[in-house]
Amino acid sequence: MRKKTHYFLLLIVGLVFSMLVACSAADNAANATDPEEDETETETEETTETEETSSEDEDTIKVGILHSLSGTMAISETSVRDSELLAIKEINENGGVLGKQLEPIIEDGASDWPTFAEKAKKLLQQDEVATIFGGWTSASRKAMLPVVEENNGLLWYPVQYEGMEASPNIFYTGAAPNQQIVPAVSWLLENRGTKFFLLGSDYVFPRTANAAIKAQLEAEGGELLAEEYTPLGHTDYNTIIAKIKSEQPEVIFNTLNGDSNVAFFKQLSDAGITSDDITVLSVSVAEEEIKGIGADVIEGHLTSWNYYQTTDTPENEEFVANYKAEYGDDAVTADPIEAGYFGVYLWAKAVEAAGTTDVDAVKEAAKGIEFDAPGGPVKIDGDNQHVYKTVRIGEVRSDGQIDELWNSGEPLKPDPYLEGYDWASELSEALSQ
Amino acid sequence: MTQIILTLFNGLSLGSILLLIALGLAITFGLMNVINMAHGELIMIGAYVTYVMQNLFLNYAPQQYFDLYFILSIPIALLIAAGVGMILEFSLIRFLYRRPLDSLLATWGVGLMLQQLARSIFGAPNVGVQSPSFLNGGLEVGTLLFPYSRLFIIGLSIVCLVSIYYYFYRTSSGRRVRAVMQNRQMAECLGVSTRKVDLITFAIGSGFAGVAGCALTLLGAIGPTIGTNYIIDAFMVVVVGGVGALFGAVAGALGIGFFNTVFEYVTNASLGKVLIFLLIIAFLQWRPSGLVTSRSRSLD
Repeated sequence: MRKKTHYFLLLIVGLVFSMLVACSAADNAANATDPEEDETETETEETTETEETSSEDEDTIKVGILHSLSGTMAISETSVRDSELLAIKEINENGGVLGKQLEPIIEDGASDWPTFAEKAKKLLQQDEVATIFGGWTSASRKAMLPVVEENNGLLWYPVQYEGMEASPNIFYTGAAPNQQIVPAVSWLLENRGTKFFLLGSDYVFPRTANAAIKAQLEAEGGELLAEEYTPLGHTDYNTIIAKIKSEQPEVIFNTLNGDSNVAFFKQLSDAGITSDDITVLSVSVAEEEIKGIGADVIEGHLTSWNYYQTTDTPENEEFVANYKAEYGDDAVTADPIEAGYFGVYLWAKAVEAAGTTDVDAVKEAAKGIEFDAPGGPVKIDGDNQHVYKTVRIGEVRSDGQIDELWNSGEPLKPDPYLEGYDWASELSEALSQ
Repeated sequence: MTQIILTLFNGLSLGSILLLIALGLAITFGLMNVINMAHGELIMIGAYVTYVMQNLFLNYAPQQYFDLYFILSIPIALLIAAGVGMILEFSLIRFLYRRPLDSLLATWGVGLMLQQLARSIFGAPNVGVQSPSFLNGGLEVGTLLFPYSRLFIIGLSIVCLVSIYYYFYRTSSGRRVRAVMQNRQMAECLGVSTRKVDLITFAIGSGFAGVAGCALTLLGAIGPTIGTNYIIDAFMVVVVGGVGALFGAVAGALGIGFFNTVFEYVTNASLGKVLIFLLIIAFLQWRPSGLVTSRSRSLD
């Protein structure tokens, strides 16, 4: 009898493991959609109509905020929620939108992609929100995409991503690949060396991004030494560092996400490799992450974004001051935080221009809307609903802030399918399917 | 040749980390049979203790003593994690010794609560801990470089192992623990207070999780979810090593460490992880009760 219980215990522990593994595997499942979505299609048409009438009558406009406030992504997403709430507060203090106050309804996506789909559906159907601001990982966006399309809702997605997407119901306020990765690779080839080592977390964004980088390296005369992926949450980089040492790259292009960055940079510095030996350029490490990594181990390495806390614009000075006043002196601002913030303003301007919160009217009015964001002027591209943004490459300082080394001079037109690059033609066909 | 030495060292280093995170679990799960899903959060507590100590030293201690914070953190993390473990045992786990499945769910829930508590106190973003200066850099032997932090962790895991061995096999209190785990009724008949032994054993297991958390601040992220990164590895080590056998955990940790490093070096990190899981499954087919089997009545 006892023996049986013992094996049973092992079995249960095994089950729990597989659940945990499945949880992290869900990160990889980019196309995690809820199969039940189709059934609700008929109901939705009725609810959208009631939405219009009900929200016109009330004196507030409901907007949804859907980020992971618990689970592994809470680290990054809570501060984006904070900046979106700050924008809503500022708009309300200045009289609201169409004379009405904005009422944020906050939901927790819990770092779980089906939950994002479920909560998005709840916000659109039950709360009848005018728009949703939310998401961080590509997997969460891909989970919400069918929901907002079927319910004809709106989603403002604030994070840089791998491109190859343009949903009619999503506005992308983060960088498209040509506004972050492509210029970073060109800059590195010109200034830091041609021998590249690609390192990323094992899921959709790094793999898609690296596919593009490989094509670009080939076209622009770079040399790919190796390409390595580690599971999300990977904590031991000794072996990867041993590979780096034997390959001797000049540049490491880092698309690791989340906690792995901390482990990687700490262990890289322990192994005696500094930014003088090898330049590491990261596209998922911003001011907020640097606080967790420790500025001493990442000092001198590079990042590519559209905004830094040090970006020198009058709007940014005010934004940083307001953000710190609201969330404490220790709070730092970063690119996705800024993108979440100005996303709310862009939507508000589009609603003012349309004179209604009706989704189709807002989408129409949003084309070409401009705003002086903290990171410089931004403009919505009418064709793909991405945003014109300025690219900035920066170097991490010893105090954890980032100094800008180079910028693109003017906001670049977003090009999510990399149509403007010859080397990407086959790639975009293969990836956008 | 250098490559072989480096791989061996990396394997040993990974093995020592695995051992450190699994030692506490080898006691709570291995000896006591409590499926303690909150083990990862006890590790987290140790990591945050280190962070708090760092800040205290930064603000109140003279500059030249700053590095001492890390040395002091280790015993304090041990005590605080042991204290939390004690509260956990006293308020929850002692009611669930006969209901292992309930204890699995209950400790899982406690783990989530502790995570949320950390999030409320320290905020959701990761916090940074600056390694003490004497652990920066590494020992150069020819062309090879052995990071001091790794050497320190190897040393720390040996110290922990030796002290656990000494306690369980060389002290009368440790002997009582083993007696209770092997035959509870008989130990009770001989006047051992099993309640007290349970409490102390669980506290010790929890305390070593705190030490592991302290050491992990040298290597990786410190955030509310740090525990979830390590809990699977910890259970894996204990199961492979053999539940109930403390020193099976040593063999398990080193074995997994070496094979993982070699697989990862030859293939890549994702595939390496798959291969190590396959190897473990195959291994458990061959030896279902792990590397070291201990024959005692309570385990049969």
